Order: sequence, then C-alpha cells, then structure tokens
Amino acid sequence: MTPMPVALVLEDEREIRRFVCAALEAEGWQVHEAATLREGLVQAATRRPDLVIADLGLPDGDGVDFIRELRTWSGAPVIVLSARTRENEKVAALDAGADDYITKPFGLAELLARTRASLRRLRAGKPTEDAVVRFGDIEVDSPARVVRKAGREVHLTPIEYRLLGVLIANAGRVLTHPFLLRAVWGPGHSENTHYLRVYMGNLRQKLEDDSARPRHLLTETGVGYRLLTDA
Amino acid sequence: MTDDGRPDPDTLLAQIHANDARAHRGRLRIYFGSSAGVGKTYAMLVAARKLREEGVDVVAGVVETHGRGETAALLQGLAALPARQIPYRDRVLAEFDLDAALQRHPGLILVDELAHSNVAGSRHAKRWQDVEELLAAGIDVYSTLNVQHLESLNDVVGGITGIVVHETLPDTFFDRADEVVLVDTPADELIERLATGKVYLPAQAEHAARNFFRKGNLMALRELALRRTADRVEEDVQAYRIERRVGQVWKTDDALLCCIGPREGAEHVVRGTARLARQLAVSWHAVYVETPALQRLAGPARERILQTVRLAEELGAHAAVVVGQGIAQALVDYARRNNLSKVILGRSDGAAWPWQPSLASILGRLAPDVDRIELGQAVPARRRPARTPSDPGYDDASGNGPWRYASVFLGCAATTLLSAVLAPYFELANIVMVFLLGVVGIALWQGRGPAVLAAFLNVAAFDFFFVPPRLSFAVSDVQYLLTFAVMLAVGLLTGQLTAGLRFQARVATHREARSRALFEAARDLSSTLTTEQAVDVAVTVVAREFRADVVIYTLDHHERIIAPAGEQPGLDLGTAQWTCDHLHPAGLGTDTLAGSRWLYLPLKATMRARGVLALRPREPRLLLVPEQRSQLETFAAMTAQALERLHYIEVARGATVQIESERLRNSLLAALSHDLRTPISALVAATEMLAGSRPELGAQQQELAASIRERALRMADMVTKLLDMARIQSGEIRLHREWQSMEECIGSAVHAASVLLAARPLRIAIEPALPLVECDGVLIERVLANLLENACKYTPPDSPLEILVHRAERELQVRVRDHGPGIPPALKEAIFEKFTRGHAESATPGVGLGLAICRAIVAAHGGRIWVEPTHPNGATFVFSLPLGDPPSLEGADELLPPATPEPR
Repeated sequence: MTPMPVALVLEDEREIRRFVCAALEAEGWQVHEAATLREGLVQAATRRPDLVIADLGLPDGDGVDFIRELRTWSGAPVIVLSARTRENEKVAALDAGADDYITKPFGLAELLARTRASLRRLRAGKPTEDAVVRFGDIEVDSPARVVRKAGREVHLTPIEYRLLGVLIANAGRVLTHPFLLRAVWGPGHSENTHYLRVYMGNLRQKLEDDSARPRHLLTETGVGYRLLTDA
Repeated sequence: MTDDGRPDPDTLLAQIHANDARAHRGRLRIYFGSSAGVGKTYAMLVAARKLREEGVDVVAGVVETHGRGETAALLQGLAALPARQIPYRDRVLAEFDLDAALQRHPGLILVDELAHSNVAGSRHAKRWQDVEELLAAGIDVYSTLNVQHLESLNDVVGGITGIVVHETLPDTFFDRADEVVLVDTPADELIERLATGKVYLPAQAEHAARNFFRKGNLMALRELALRRTADRVEEDVQAYRIERRVGQVWKTDDALLCCIGPREGAEHVVRGTARLARQLAVSWHAVYVETPALQRLAGPARERILQTVRLAEELGAHAAVVVGQGIAQALVDYARRNNLSKVILGRSDGAAWPWQPSLASILGRLAPDVDRIELGQAVPARRRPARTPSDPGYDDASGNGPWRYASVFLGCAATTLLSAVLAPYFELANIVMVFLLGVVGIALWQGRGPAVLAAFLNVAAFDFFFVPPRLSFAVSDVQYLLTFAVMLAVGLLTGQLTAGLRFQARVATHREARSRALFEAARDLSSTLTTEQAVDVAVTVVAREFRADVVIYTLDHHERIIAPAGEQPGLDLGTAQWTCDHLHPAGLGTDTLAGSRWLYLPLKATMRARGVLALRPREPRLLLVPEQRSQLETFAAMTAQALERLHYIEVARGATVQIESERLRNSLLAALSHDLRTPISALVAATEMLAGSRPELGAQQQELAASIRERALRMADMVTKLLDMARIQSGEIRLHREWQSMEECIGSAVHAASVLLAARPLRIAIEPALPLVECDGVLIERVLANLLENACKYTPPDSPLEILVHRAERELQVRVRDHGPGIPPALKEAIFEKFTRGHAESATPGVGLGLAICRAIVAAHGGRIWVEPTHPNGATFVFSLPLGDPPSLEGADELLPPATPEPR
C-alpha cells in the first residue's frame, strides 16, 4: 500500500481552508494547514508535503514569494488559488514554479480533478525521453521521432515538434508564454507571443479533430497553454 | 549651391514650408498698373464676374468706381460688403470692414487699392495688412495697385514725376502675391482717356495731376511697371526652376550688406539695395553704425536714421544698429560675422574733406576681398518734411548744455589761477603742461565739445596772462606761436581721445546694465513657483527697465486671455487676444493698431503663446531703438519660458494627483472584489460539502443545497460583472494588446462555457488563413463568453448556436448567431445600454450589464458591436475588430541548439 500522500493548504480565509482540507481528507490525503506565509514555510519544511495548495494574497506577504522560496528546496507540485482578472499574478506564480492554478470561486469537482492530476504526475515521475506517449488518438514516438494521429503519420516541422516535445515533458502543467518561448525559440524571443499563436494553431490543425474546440492543446487565456493528456 | 546641379536642401525646405503655408492660405491676385486710369478695377471686376458665374462666392469688399459708369455697371449684381463707419475728428469716414469680411468668409473678396492707408482707429494702419489677415483666414483676394505705390520704386517715381505718394506697399508683400496681372494701356490712349474725362481726378489736385499725366511721365511709369512685372515673372521662373531642378540654382550665401549713412539719401541706398537684392535673388542686411560722433546728432536726424532702419526691415532686410569707433571697421566686422561678400554704399557716404579717404577706400584697405558697390545719389524730390516730433533729450547724454560750458570757463579760470601761483617758480614751458592738464580734465568730465572750447580758452589765457608782453594777446617772441599751435593741437587731440574713451565706457556700462538686468530677471523668474509670482517678477523688471506701465495677461485653459484685476486706461482685451492668436506684436510702434499708446507683445514659448505682455512706455521713442526692442523681446521670451515651465509643473502635479487617485481606486476595487468573492467562494464550498456529507442528505435537502450553490455562483458572476463595469466606468480599461488568433480566443471561450452549452449544437465556422488580430485576449474572451451566455440564456436549451468569423475589408467580424426569439427592432440600440435587458419581465436572471461591458471592451479596441436579425428567427450579435499589420514570423522557424531530436 502506498503511504498516505501529504498536502499543505496555505490559505488565510478560514472557510475556504476548511473546505479544501475537508475535501482533500475525504480523498485520502493527510492535510496540514497554514494561514500565513511564515507558518506555511515552517510547515512545508517540517512536513515535506507531496502537494501544496497556496493562496496568493496572504496577510504577511505575497504567495509568489512563498513559491519561489519553496522551489529552492522542494519539487512538490504547487496549485495556486487566484481571483479572475489577475492574469499577471498567475503568470508570476507559474513562472516562480507553480504547476497549476484554480480561479476563485471554484467548485469541489474542479479542485479534486486538479489534485488528482498532480498526484498522478507525482506518482508517474518525469516522462522519460524515449517513451512513446499517447493521448487521445495521438501517438508520439520519441525514439522513432514519429507523430501519428489515428494511426497515420503526421508531418511536423522541427519547431512544431520541439513545441510539442516541451508540452509533453510538462503534460498537465500550465506553461506560460515566456516559458514556452524560451524553451522553444531560446532566450531573446520572450516577447514574440505571436510565434506561439501561429505554431500552436498549426499544431492544433494537425493534431486536433476540431481546431476551434481543442481537447488536448488547451489555451489558458492571458496565461499560457496546457497539454491535457487524460481527457 | 551644389556642383551636381541639385538644389540646396535649405532652399527646397523653405519652399516646402512655403507651399504648406500657402495650402491653407487664400490666394492673392494683384492687378498691377502704371498709373491711375489704366483699367485695373475694370479688369478685376470682369474677372470676378466670370468667377461668380462659375459659382464662386464673390463679395465686393471695397471697390472704388470713381464715378466711372462702365465700372459701376460691372459692380451691379455682385454682393457688396457694407463699409464700416469710423468717426474721425468731426467727420465720419467709411472704411473697409475687415471683421465683417472675416465673418462673412466668402470664397473671393475684392479689395481695391492695396496701398490705401486706413483711417486712424482701424485695426491695421494699412489696407494690405487687412488683406494679409483675409489671406491668413483662407479667403482669396483680388486687389489693385499702381506702380508708384511700391515701396522700393517710390523714390524713383518721385524723381520722375516730381510727386511723391505716402501710401506705399512693401515689396515683400507684392512679391508674395500668388499672381500679378499687369493691366497695360499705352500712354497715348491714357492721355486720350484723360481728355475725354474717363480718368478720375480729384478737383483740388487737378493741377498737380495734369502735370503727372504728361506723356514722358506716363511712358517712364509704364516702363517701370513692365520691368517690375518682368522681375516678378523672373522670380516665378526661378521658383519653377527650384521646383523642377532645372539648371543651376542661384547662390543663397551671397548676401548684400547695405550701409545706412547718417545723411539724407540713406533711404535711397536702402531702396536701391532692396531692388538689387531682389534682382540677384539674395538676402540682404542693413546696418547703421553708431560712432561717438554720430551719437551727438540732433534728435530729428537720429529719428530719420531709425526710420530708415525700419524701412530696410520692411523691405525685407536683416536690420541692425551696431556701435563702434569707426564705421569702416564695424562694417567689416559685421560683414565677416554674417558672411556677407558685397557692401553697398551711397556715394554721399564719402569723406568730409577732400584729403580724407572715402569710406569706400578705407573698406577696400580693411577688407580687400569684399566687393564694394557705390550707388548714385538720389534725384531730389519734393518731399514733405518728416513728421517727427522734435526731441531735446537725445543730445549728448550727460547733463544740460549751458552748465557744461559754464564749467569750462570755471575750469579755465582755476587753471589760470593755479598757473599764476606756480609761475614765479617754474619755466613757462612747464606752465604749458598745467594748461594741457586742464584740457584733459575737462575732456574727461564734460566730453568733446567743452574740451575743444577749453583748448581754445586755455591757449588764450596762457597767451594773455603768461606770455610776454603780459595782459595782452600780442606775442613778442615768435617761438610762442609754435607753443600755441602745439598746445591747441594737443588739447584738441586729447579732448577727442578722452571723449572716445568716455563713449566706450558708457557703451560698456549700458551693455553691462543690460546683461545684468537680463541675468537678474532670469534668476528671479527661475525661482518662481506660481504663475502669479512669475507675472509679478516680469512686470516689475520690465517696468523698471523700460520705465513703462506694464500689464501681463495670462491664458486660461481655452487659450483665452484672463482679464487682470486692475483697470489700466487705454488697454484693450481684444487687441491682446488678437496678439496672442496671431503671435504678432500689436499697438504702439507696430503695423497693427499703431495708434494705441500700448504695445502688445505675444509671450511666445516653445509650444505656443503663454500670454501677452502689454506696456505703455513713458518714452515711446525708446522702443524704436532696435537694441531696446530686442532687449524687450528677450524679456518677453524669458517670461514666456517661465510661464511655460510653470504650466508644465502644474500639468505634472495634476498628473501625480490623477495617478494617486487611480491607484486608490484600483486598490479599492481590488479590496471590494476580494471581500465580495471570498464569502461567496466559502458559500459555494459549504454547499458542496453539505451535498457530499455523510450520512447522505435527503432528496429535498440535496435539491436545496444545489439551489443555494447555483444562486451563489450566479451572485459571483454578477459581482464580477459589476466590478468589470466599475473598472470600465472609471476609465481604467487598460488593454493588454497582443497578436491573438481568433480561433484560439473562440476555442477558449467555448471551453469556458462548456457547462452552460451542455449538449447544445454549436457550429464554429472560421474563414481559413485569417491573420492574427491585435487585441486583449482576456477581454475579447470575456466578450465572447458574455455573448454565448446571453445566447444560452435567452434561447431554448436545444436550439443551435453558430459562431462565424470572417474578414471584411480592414476588420475582422465575429458573429454569434442564435435561433431564439430575436431582438425587437426598437431595442437594437438600447440593449447595449447598462441595466437594459431584452425581456424585462422574464424570469431569466441577470442585471443587464453583459452587453454594456461587451460594447465598452469592443469600443476600447476601436471596433463596433451591433445586432442583426437571424433569418427566419433569432438574433446575431456581431462585433468587429480592426485588422492591423501583424509582425512578421521571420526567424520563427530557426531552430536553435540544443536541438531536440527532429522528426523524420
């Protein structure tokens, strides 16, 4: 039997904290709570959580600082709770090392889906470079450098292939525009978001059934993109 | 000039500017003739009638028919502007009504007799200035002019005909006219017209006029008119050549230097130079050198010189008054400084004595490389004496005459007494020294004239009291004659030298005082913090420096003059406003409203006028001196800069306040948003926990929990919309523009609305190969989400929706089409208003903000939003976004190391 996974909930609003804790406990997590940034750091250091759920607006500091601090010694997935219309805040948190975000107000189902996905990624470990990745009817055969859709080979340009590679390596995570631009085109291109728009459009045309209603290559408006492999 | 035949860039630039200015200006056509009676007015009217038939709005501003029937007949049927009645002394005079003309704003206005002088009390002294204002207002003008009224030909015509007219037109204005039409009549025909009474002659001037209309005169005038027109045609050709770059372009750096002498006839040299400069098509300078000797000239003579300097300015020269010891040296210095290669002198500017070298030869020695051109003397014409007030205050500046000369006698008496005391102990040769010392002393204290007198007196006193035989002017020893001669010569020379030194010292003192005044004013102005302080400082400084009453007008936000609190007699707000609007000085000593006792100067700063400086000097003459004028203008410029600086300080302060209040508003909205959303989030969470709690709730409680949850979520949505609207209302919609793909925006909006859409059929049709569009992705997704939400809310759950995107001209159009009940035509506009809902009494929840938010967002992008009916039923909401030029994808397909394994 796998040991009970440990979660840390960092949230200053008591009701929300209670709700999140209750939901996680019902899912089989061992949950620790913290209401301030300072407390959060102490808890994270002592409890060694497998998952952190953090609010960005904390009474004694910015949640982004917490994530940055945490990332210096922990690789545990971090899910951020944030209000809508705060895209900059989300991007900052993601760039600081957060893996995902949930917009307030959120429902139980949404929260649990995200935590499950995080846990699964944690258990599965980093996808190996040589593995064959499948999602939907798409198969990416890295050793053979071949991409197939419904069994038929799809031709990708080198850039498209590299973009897809970055997405697969971080499947499920929200990847910000600057991150993707740096990873695919290298430093110095972090302003050229239109590259992403065009190449992501091309990838969708080639891989999605309906490029206007993608099921895998999702847009996180104002933030970045996410590859959903388990839809 | 360049060797490869290309036009000088400066010249071309000037020409482009001229073309620009002309595009907004009205066009001026001058009917130009050799004398009265050649038919200028007639020709003008014929042309005007023709234009009127072509539909141009023609108005007769002023047309003088002089009782000629044919001309009067042509005037019939043309709209005429009523004349303005101006009370002048005990009469009422009719004058052209400039303001009425500007108000009426016709396409073309006829203004006869361009050189006419307006009645005192009109806005401008001359009619051509009225015309200038009409042209500036974009009104075309037709006018007439006789050759003798042209400023530069005025004295030539006076010389030929013996009659000098005082109504003159600056040549620069004539040359700026867009077209000149020469109206030419042979002399014989004109004389015949005169004989048959077709030429107007005022009764009192009949004799003089008869004399004027001699055949010889008329032929000469006709030649002048023809030549002047030919000059202009030549200029047009030049202009054409610059434009077309035909052949070589004339030199621009070959300017002339005209020397204004102190004598009469200087005007002739100025006019001559003006003509020459025009023929050579070069710019020119006019300089008057003020030497110690010339400083002592009587008032009227100085006045005349200053008039000549102003004439030169009017004729288009860069005029200057230069102070120096010697005329020639000062001229050479000036020419070198300004890179002038030709010096124009009048022949009369020669030497006073036959053995003295002429100015021309001194110039030749000092500057062998400079060309000298001597102009012949003017033909003396009968002239009225200059109407200038005599002015006693302009003689040598130190003290009054009688006292100075009385002091000379006292000085001589003192010298003689001293010598008498010393005489028993010293040789006569040494006594002479005492007398010389006396002359030097007087020269030092009292200037040159007294020094000359003292030299003579001292020689006489020495002879009378000391040279044997004493107490007699007789001289026993002839050698004393040499003593006298040397003594006189030394006395005169030292007197001259010391007086020169005094003059230099005084000039230096003046100069120093001027720069000190400027420095102090600059210092004081730079330390001011409010407009009132700056105005106070400027008023004090200008009042002190120019011994004048000073008022400074500042401007309000609409660039209107703010009337000052105190009332000053004779000040006119209208004139001040005019000065400010036209950036042109007015009042005393200017061309505009010269009759006023106040001078109005615009406070011109870098960007625009910052106010008007009005001053009434106690000695108006002071302002005629170019240095004083430029000093005043410097003060005005400094004041303007200070006012501009303070204006920007105010602007910056306002901006800081605005930023601060915006920051406050944002944090308020953020706090509100947080405080409203958190309890709702908790509410939603609580209901979900309730639903999932054990033991399980009964069906009724489950339903209740679901209902609470749904209401809470709807409330969250409403709060979101209200806050969005608050942000938009506060003008804080800041677009985060990026090049977005519309397909992506739609995909993400549809994904977000997937719960709402449920199993509803949705068709998305996007035109292939659409360009990226620059917009704020989050906000556009918000627009799409609101439109989708509305479509779901107001149509049956199973009715299909469509999203269509296509390109129309320079914009992208996005349609969200439903097949529901549709929007009543009467509400087509109203539904985009706040708190308006398509179905007021319906049970569908909402506050009616969705479409208002959509409209604000789309408008912020420069797009439009509207609603069309769907056939056969339903509504289609359309929004458009302007298409720009997306950045290129150049370099996007370059794969940089470290490269991932490539596909095969």
